[in-house]
Amino acid sequence: MSEIVMQIDGKEVKASDGMTVLQAARVAGIHIPTVCHHDKLEPFGGCRMCMVEVEVRGRKSYVVSCLYPVAPDLVVHTRSERVDKIRRVILEELLAHAPNSPELVALAAEYGADRDRFDKDPSFCILCGLCVRYCAEVKQKNAVDFIERGAQRAISFIPEIAAKECWDCQECFAICPTSYAQAAYFLTEALAFPGRRKSAMHGA
Amino acid sequence: MTRLQSAAELELLRAGILSARDAARPCIAVCTGAACNGLDSARVARAFEVEAGKMAPGAGIEVRATGCHGFCEKGPNVVVGPDDICYFEVTPDDVPEIIASALKGEVVERLVYKHPETGEKAVHMGEVPFYRHQTRLLIGDNIRIDPKRIEDYVAVGGYAALAKALFQMTPDQVVDEVKKASLRGRGGGGFPAGQKWETAKNAPGDEKYVIVNGHEGEPGAFMDRALFTGNPHKVLEGLIIGAYAIGSHRGFIYTRHDSPQLIEHIETALAQAEEYGLLGENILGSGFDFRVEVHFDVGIFVSGESSALMRSIEGQPPEPRPKYIRTSVAGIWDKPSNLNNVETWANVPQIISRGAEWYAGIGTERSKGTKLVSLSGNVVNSGVVEVPMGTPLRKIVYDMGGGIPGGKAAKAVHFGGPMGGSIPASLIDAPLDFDELAALGAPIGAGGLLVMDEDTDMVDVARYFLEFLTNESCGKCVPCREGMRQTLKVLTNITKGKGRDGDIGRLEDLNDVTGAACLCALGRTASDPLKSMLRYFKDEYELQIARGSQAAGNTAK
Repeated sequence: MSEIVMQIDGKEVKASDGMTVLQAARVAGIHIPTVCHHDKLEPFGGCRMCMVEVEVRGRKSYVVSCLYPVAPDLVVHTRSERVDKIRRVILEELLAHAPNSPELVALAAEYGADRDRFDKDPSFCILCGLCVRYCAEVKQKNAVDFIERGAQRAISFIPEIAAKECWDCQECFAICPTSYAQAAYFLTEALAFPGRRKSAMHGA
Repeated sequence: MTRLQSAAELELLRAGILSARDAARPCIAVCTGAACNGLDSARVARAFEVEAGKMAPGAGIEVRATGCHGFCEKGPNVVVGPDDICYFEVTPDDVPEIIASALKGEVVERLVYKHPETGEKAVHMGEVPFYRHQTRLLIGDNIRIDPKRIEDYVAVGGYAALAKALFQMTPDQVVDEVKKASLRGRGGGGFPAGQKWETAKNAPGDEKYVIVNGHEGEPGAFMDRALFTGNPHKVLEGLIIGAYAIGSHRGFIYTRHDSPQLIEHIETALAQAEEYGLLGENILGSGFDFRVEVHFDVGIFVSGESSALMRSIEGQPPEPRPKYIRTSVAGIWDKPSNLNNVETWANVPQIISRGAEWYAGIGTERSKGTKLVSLSGNVVNSGVVEVPMGTPLRKIVYDMGGGIPGGKAAKAVHFGGPMGGSIPASLIDAPLDFDELAALGAPIGAGGLLVMDEDTDMVDVARYFLEFLTNESCGKCVPCREGMRQTLKVLTNITKGKGRDGDIGRLEDLNDVTGAACLCALGRTASDPLKSMLRYFKDEYELQIARGSQAAGNTAK
């Protein structure tokens, strides 16, 4: 892999071909916030928090760093008035669903996001897809997936698979930024295999 | 039917078809396009066939069920050749009289066009105001063609451009010709087609694909359907020429699952082209092989977005992918894939046969050729019109469209449906030009032109488009899914008289971020209608919001 020299926030950064801007920034110790990113998973590009400003041949554009490939002489700015605005509004949109998520609250403080700016819709799930992708890519079980599209999109455990696979795993609970994955799972449990937890606790 | 082995054999076939026809014999073209079909034009066509069947063979009349003629407002449309006498709002009861008059060389006066105000009559297609101001290079053949008969397309010169490309031009020359013609994509982006072709042609790899985007999911856009259903071979010929230029041997037509007539015509066209050796192995004996498959959408709007469309062809859910690498380099199965819309492909044959110089002579400096426009809304004549690029919108709305019904004033014209924009009637002299309209905030998009009269509530228009898109977004990325959800809430509140202070700021921030940060073009352009509203009609928004906050203030007291 050939070495690429580029610039992030005025700093010369060395990266190798095939890396993303986010990876290159992390190697260089430059922080870019993310919500839907996870090192064990394929980049998703859903939350758009990692958006940065890039300059290619003098043309400015806004791209998500988790997917944008590094290139020689690329100039990246991880903070700017516009980048910060994008992150602030995205946070405000997400906080309408999960106003108390510690991760979001911390980012909101950094970017001056007002969690009460938009109408609340406390679904708790912010559809980052970490549970869905972790289950598919790492565990290869597909016990939880997206259903519906657009504003109706939601996650749902698939009862038949969940009944077999989730009991001894539950690893998605810890990566969920809002604890909704856990709540959704317990609802599935109540629907699909009620009684199992009780008998497990009290001895069948 | 034997497969044609050379360009000469194609010309022999054409000569044979033409010599078997009597050019002076009356030919009746009944429109069975979507709108006329809805007005039961199939019954009219059947009545013509029955009536014509009663006559002695040879002495009779030719009847042709055709695709869309364009003047949807006045359907069912019937055109009687060879002089192209236009009859409107024809019913099965009118059929015997039309036939009798046609045989005598007379006109049925009561069925011709009458100007709604002056009462002046127009008999021939070239005199009817709706048609007179058009330049119908693409859709004009529709009245001459039964879409289920390849012979009709060959009779009007069909597949001559393909023969020219295959035998007289190298692939590079074909690409050059399209580049010199400055053909720009008709699907929405207006991206130069020749440049796209060149990228796909030069992309590494032997396996390359060409694709027709026949999805047309945009509310208010119906011109692609009119063209593709009415003249499928024109699109197919363009596609084969493109495949030859790019070096592709496998093509895809992606279209809607819910247009049975379109599907039937496409499948018939593919089968007939294959039978004649215009598709498949060794096309016209040239050694060039090319096959086409038809794929259908799953009933959602976003499957017309290029990367989502390609996922759908792969058999995956139609979810857009970021295009940091162009689909012309890595598209279907990561192979170079050149996607153009129906109308773009349909422009190709004439560029090849008549030359780039001729083509580039039509239109404006940076927008060439003609453009199909679906004209609807508060306009007297709804329908499909075709005009040279550069035509002032006023001409489309007033000369062809006949103006606003009920003597009302125009308030705005909107281009591009839910991903387009509105401009006020004061700018109606703007030319139909990709760049000029985009700069004004009403990008042409696919070409749906919606006319709005003085009674239109501009907050409600934006709300309507957003409601559509909120349900059609795939929901993957936050600024699209959440941005539209919140924008829709704010707009709905305003229309209900529940506007609040700060709503304009909320709308502007939401819209700005949706436009900048979304993953695909659906999200990024979803902000366009509201952007144009806030640019030209902000007063109206502020007034409605003020009414809401005042009402809230009164209740609080």
